[in-house]
Amino acid sequence: MKYLQNIGSYLLLMRRVFKRPQQMSVFRKQIWHEMEVLGYESIGFVVLISVFMGAVVTIQTAFQIESPLVPNWTVGFTVRQSVILEFSPTIISLFLAGKVGSRIASEIGTMRVTEQIDALEVMGINSATHLILPKVVAFVLINPVLVVFSIFTSIFGGWLAAINTKLVSSSNYIEGIIIYFEAFDVSYAMIKTIVFAFIITTISGFYGYKTEGGALEVGRSSTNAVVYSSIVLLFFNMILTQLLLA
Amino acid sequence: MIEAKGIYKYFNDRAVLKDINFSFEEGKNNLIIGQSGSGKTVLMKCLVGLLKPEEGEVLYSNRKFSNTSENQQKELRKEIGMIFQGAALFDSLNVEENVMFPLDMFTNMSKEEKLDRANFCLKRVDIINKNKLFPSEISGGMKKRVAIARAIAMNPKYLFCDEPNSGLDPLTAVVIDNLISEITHEYGITTIINTHDMNSVLEIGDRVAFIHRGELWWSGSKDDVLSTDNKELHDFVYASELTKKLL
Repeated sequence: MKYLQNIGSYLLLMRRVFKRPQQMSVFRKQIWHEMEVLGYESIGFVVLISVFMGAVVTIQTAFQIESPLVPNWTVGFTVRQSVILEFSPTIISLFLAGKVGSRIASEIGTMRVTEQIDALEVMGINSATHLILPKVVAFVLINPVLVVFSIFTSIFGGWLAAINTKLVSSSNYIEGIIIYFEAFDVSYAMIKTIVFAFIITTISGFYGYKTEGGALEVGRSSTNAVVYSSIVLLFFNMILTQLLLA
Repeated sequence: MIEAKGIYKYFNDRAVLKDINFSFEEGKNNLIIGQSGSGKTVLMKCLVGLLKPEEGEVLYSNRKFSNTSENQQKELRKEIGMIFQGAALFDSLNVEENVMFPLDMFTNMSKEEKLDRANFCLKRVDIINKNKLFPSEISGGMKKRVAIARAIAMNPKYLFCDEPNSGLDPLTAVVIDNLISEITHEYGITTIINTHDMNSVLEIGDRVAFIHRGELWWSGSKDDVLSTDNKELHDFVYASELTKKLL
């Protein structure tokens, strides 16, 4: 019952969020600012995770398929496919649900408990649009960029692991990266990334916005934001995979 | 003038406000006093539309406010300024940007014009050379002053202050009280102040409404407050030893 109530409240909030902003010039500035704090400030984090992720996938694959019957380019091919189809869009988005989601929920939650949201409402500003919409738009725009970064750095990480461990030669790895490339795989990754960005920002915004109480509740909202956006993200990952690849 | 007519507000079937009828007069400091939990803040939130009363209506200069569409409320809200208990300054904006915020949102003024207006308001509340500081870098008293500057930036007709001097030392509290009072009389604003500070009542209270257990228990002038024969109000006014000795 509580879950249904939350879904209803979420949908009602979204109806308030997706309205014309009060002042477009302010809205544009907010989008740039959010792109910086949600996107630009996450690049280092994304790159670091991606390099290690690519390296691990390379080493794991190389150990699993040691057979003269398997072509030499298989490791590079497997790394590319895993990274583009799943690791970068889904795993990176999951990590970002933690980083970005908790930031959004705690920021908006703190504004709620310190009456800053009431101040906006008294002024006649739709606080839901003002606070949540710029974050949604900014992250929907910047998350694909982060994931593209992640794809390249994962493949690079894989290459570093390949040449350092000597499990695969550089030329075989690169051949695997290039072979049988399907552009649709990237489109699939981008579609997932955009949906995930929407899920992370709206759910985190929802939990932040409905915070009531004090510091303890802000912490709880932040945790709920991360937990529920991760669960919903994984659920939609399954649906999108079925819809787009079946 | 702001009128509250037959306001009822319930939380979980418990009446927090019961049949509140009161007129808040123009150009005066209208004080709402009462114990913590008496319903003062709920009444103020109903008046500004942050809470919707279950019964009754709020009129701003004979214009309906509660029970109207979001757009109609939005237009009226441009005439309202509010100072919150904790100042409610936006953490991500500096002092100057906080004051300019309503101008950014609702006017098409140039940046220079907005800056001039913000500086005028900040000067009016005696904040000088603090424009680039963030709320976390200024004192509680200064935050309240900046909140006043932000509230008057749009030339409001109605000013709401929720416990404006709570958490301030007695000297700063008097300064803030006097500042609100001066602004009220200077611009002919209808000001409504929530407080349980008797010093504020005696300093600036033009009209006083005493709320007790969600009901409008008593109303009158600040002079009447001291000579009241209303038991609950008398107990409230003379609660502290210092007040008993001084008054």
